[in-house]
Amino acid sequence: MAMVVAREWREIPGRYNLEGTRCGCCGKIFFPSRAFCPHCRRQSIGKMEPFPLKPTGEVYSFSIVHQSDGFNRRMLPYAVVFVKNDDSIMLAGQLVDVDLPTVKIGMRVRAVLRKLDEDGKAGIIHYAFKFVPAE
Amino acid sequence: MRDVAIIGAGSTKFGELWGASFRAIGIEAGARAMQDANLGGDEVDAIYIGNMSAGRFINQQHIDALIADYTGMATNHVPTTRVEAGGASGGVAFRQAVMAVASGLHDIVIVGGAEKMTDMDDDSINSVLNATSDAEWEAGMGLTLPSLYAIIAQRLMAEGIATREEIASCAVNSHFHGAMNPDAQFRKAVSLDTVLHAGPVAEPLTMFDCAPISDGSAAVILCPLEEAKKHTDNYVKVCSSMQASDTLALFQRESITHFNATRVAAQQAYQAAHITAADIDVAEVHDDYTVAGLMALQDLGFWKEGEAGRALLEGQTRFDAGKTAINTSGGLKAKGYPIGAAGLSQIVELTQQLTNRAGPRQVRNAKYGLAQSTGGTGSAVTVTVLEAM
Amino acid sequence: METGIVSYGAYVPRYRIKPEEIGRIWGVDGKAMGRGLMINQKSVPSPDEDVVTIATAAARDMMARVPDVDPQDIGALYVGSESHPYAVKPTATVVAEAIRATPNLTAADLEFACKAGTAGIQMCLGLVGAGMVKYGVAIGADTSQSAPGDALEYSASAGGAAYLIGSERIIARVNRTLSFSTDTPDFWRREGQMYPVHGGRFTGEPAYFRHVSSAAKRLMADRGTKPEDYTYAVFHQPNGKFPTRMAKQLGFTPEQIAYGLLTPEIGNTYSGAVPLGLAHVLDHAKPGDRILVVSYGSGAGSDAFDITVTDEIAGYRRANAPVLDQILAHTVDIDYGTYAKFKGSIALPEE
Repeated sequence: MAMVVAREWREIPGRYNLEGTRCGCCGKIFFPSRAFCPHCRRQSIGKMEPFPLKPTGEVYSFSIVHQSDGFNRRMLPYAVVFVKNDDSIMLAGQLVDVDLPTVKIGMRVRAVLRKLDEDGKAGIIHYAFKFVPAE
Repeated sequence: MRDVAIIGAGSTKFGELWGASFRAIGIEAGARAMQDANLGGDEVDAIYIGNMSAGRFINQQHIDALIADYTGMATNHVPTTRVEAGGASGGVAFRQAVMAVASGLHDIVIVGGAEKMTDMDDDSINSVLNATSDAEWEAGMGLTLPSLYAIIAQRLMAEGIATREEIASCAVNSHFHGAMNPDAQFRKAVSLDTVLHAGPVAEPLTMFDCAPISDGSAAVILCPLEEAKKHTDNYVKVCSSMQASDTLALFQRESITHFNATRVAAQQAYQAAHITAADIDVAEVHDDYTVAGLMALQDLGFWKEGEAGRALLEGQTRFDAGKTAINTSGGLKAKGYPIGAAGLSQIVELTQQLTNRAGPRQVRNAKYGLAQSTGGTGSAVTVTVLEAM
Repeated sequence: METGIVSYGAYVPRYRIKPEEIGRIWGVDGKAMGRGLMINQKSVPSPDEDVVTIATAAARDMMARVPDVDPQDIGALYVGSESHPYAVKPTATVVAEAIRATPNLTAADLEFACKAGTAGIQMCLGLVGAGMVKYGVAIGADTSQSAPGDALEYSASAGGAAYLIGSERIIARVNRTLSFSTDTPDFWRREGQMYPVHGGRFTGEPAYFRHVSSAAKRLMADRGTKPEDYTYAVFHQPNGKFPTRMAKQLGFTPEQIAYGLLTPEIGNTYSGAVPLGLAHVLDHAKPGDRILVVSYGSGAGSDAFDITVTDEIAGYRRANAPVLDQILAHTVDIDYGTYAKFKGSIALPEE
């Protein structure tokens, strides 16, 4: 029995290891990866390099999600965050293993690998970065 | 480029229209608009239809063909174009139609927006809405669309731009007006307390901060301004219809406390209309989330950053407050939010206001109206300025 | 060539459930059960955790402590567990991607009940010693299932530890490893079955005690050592009672096994148990400390290790990742309903 797998598989470098791209012309960092730099435009084609972003940063903003279907039903309510990482790049993800009332703007967090969802009980399990509070 | 006029406008009721299929809804507003414009049907040169997601909601692609067929226009082989831009589908469709007439390519154009959402379960509907954010890196990572707007709200509150109560009062304003609109899904005023204490969706936003799931359609008829008088006395001028894009993902923006796409489109729209924000008497803004409605008031220049919240809280946005009346239709929150129809519903309301036909919610001496339509988390925004004639 | 541990990392999920709470649901004196097993509480994985995520957390901490080691120099990676997320598709390759060790390495998943992790350590020692790889990674991790209402429910928990095996800058030298293996059916789970089955009291003398003591005695005979020659000992620990009794029978003191005995606080982490116990010892060990490690896997077998901590541990960047005492300090108690929800015992629609 065939199932679709390529779409999530090709995102593994970004999803597991926060791999983005760096423009070889201007040095700007992007996450997720981009084929060319929106500033340098045509000049940057072929000059984008893989760049692993730092897995630590601080919470820029957050929300606590109370309505969600699918995989996260067992974890409601759960926190989602925008994190400004230590390369000053904004990342979006879930914040887990945290006491929800303690979530605040400015708190330090780090990225860990967690289950994001799965294609049903017989399908592929998708792993991705989520954040946890950092000491 | 020639000036464009709106010569007819029509809207269905918005709500859970269980008895009506997409086909029925899709054409009803157009039929009303045609009647309003005193047209028979054979005059139509082109159709534009804003529809976000019939492919997912009812498994029907090729909406252009469905509309052309069921409006009867396919017998004349009228060119029909379906437009999608998330929540801005209607606004973008409207601008495309204006461009078609302004350019001289077409004379009489119907532009409508329609959406049938209730033929799908709630969880799946929310998943479709979430897909207007970045499907891989926002929705795909567990950030729902309401949570993205909640993230904006937290930042507005943290930076002192708006309080929680001020954000919530956008819904109070919308419901106040919706109570006066017979086509609205919700026709009851609500208190600030109700909004603040409703069930949480994504903190700090509650169910009452979020527009409902709705079915409905709205449509207007366009023609060259110089021809308008031939068809009707109730017409308005389209002074400008501008559009701007921004990043797909909210986390890629330089700021999340204002939408640059709104600011850019608005600036261009005022410039082309030779007016400023202060000249706008009545505006329809995209309040799919209260926080979006509040931000729009600032990004459009009606109130300075940090002051729109108080204006909403104090009722300065009401139809009779003498300032800029906001969402006299009931907005997306109270009139309803059949996604593709939203942008056109705004135009319909403004047309009624600018031709003195808005009944109990009439804004006195309304000369200029503005419609702002947003896609996703501000990835696409259209701003249209209309003038009473 | 000397071979041994170059680095290690450990991870235990933060949720805990107490035996009295489990007993409350099944109409049993849970507190007494806990006392009998010498278990105060057990760890429970969050719904978004599994052996892959636990193994990855441990392996990433292991790498963080040796920033000069290039993950591309890892030539082998093995994950031992009895709760791999897939029956077919290895945990090992996901972990290898997550620590950027791919693609030039060999990888495989291992199963031998609770000793799959230590079996991996032996394999890596062999590959390194033979000069086939520069570094090998061996991980023992589990999120073991236990049948609701069964005695195992009081102990089956989640956690894991990872070991970087090499021949340079070793912090703990493996002087010798040997094993004792027989076909002894004390505890098993058939393919496709959700919960394991055990032989009741047969799991004691003919199984755990026979294999652990045989491997321990064989190793000490080989090395010419006595219990008092060791600073620490780590025995497999399906509960607190078995290793305590084993230590006494072999002549080890309660002080020698204290650091290596985590089950009373985190439950039985199956393939993670001995790797975690050893990690806790290494968190506190000093140069010259000698450690006896004996794992046990049902079915059945024991892997024994004679380890000496080297001077290299003084410069080891242990503080680059949280030590177990820090990880185990932040726990959250949950009730049985939450436990059942997390473990998937409550089937949701479309499941």
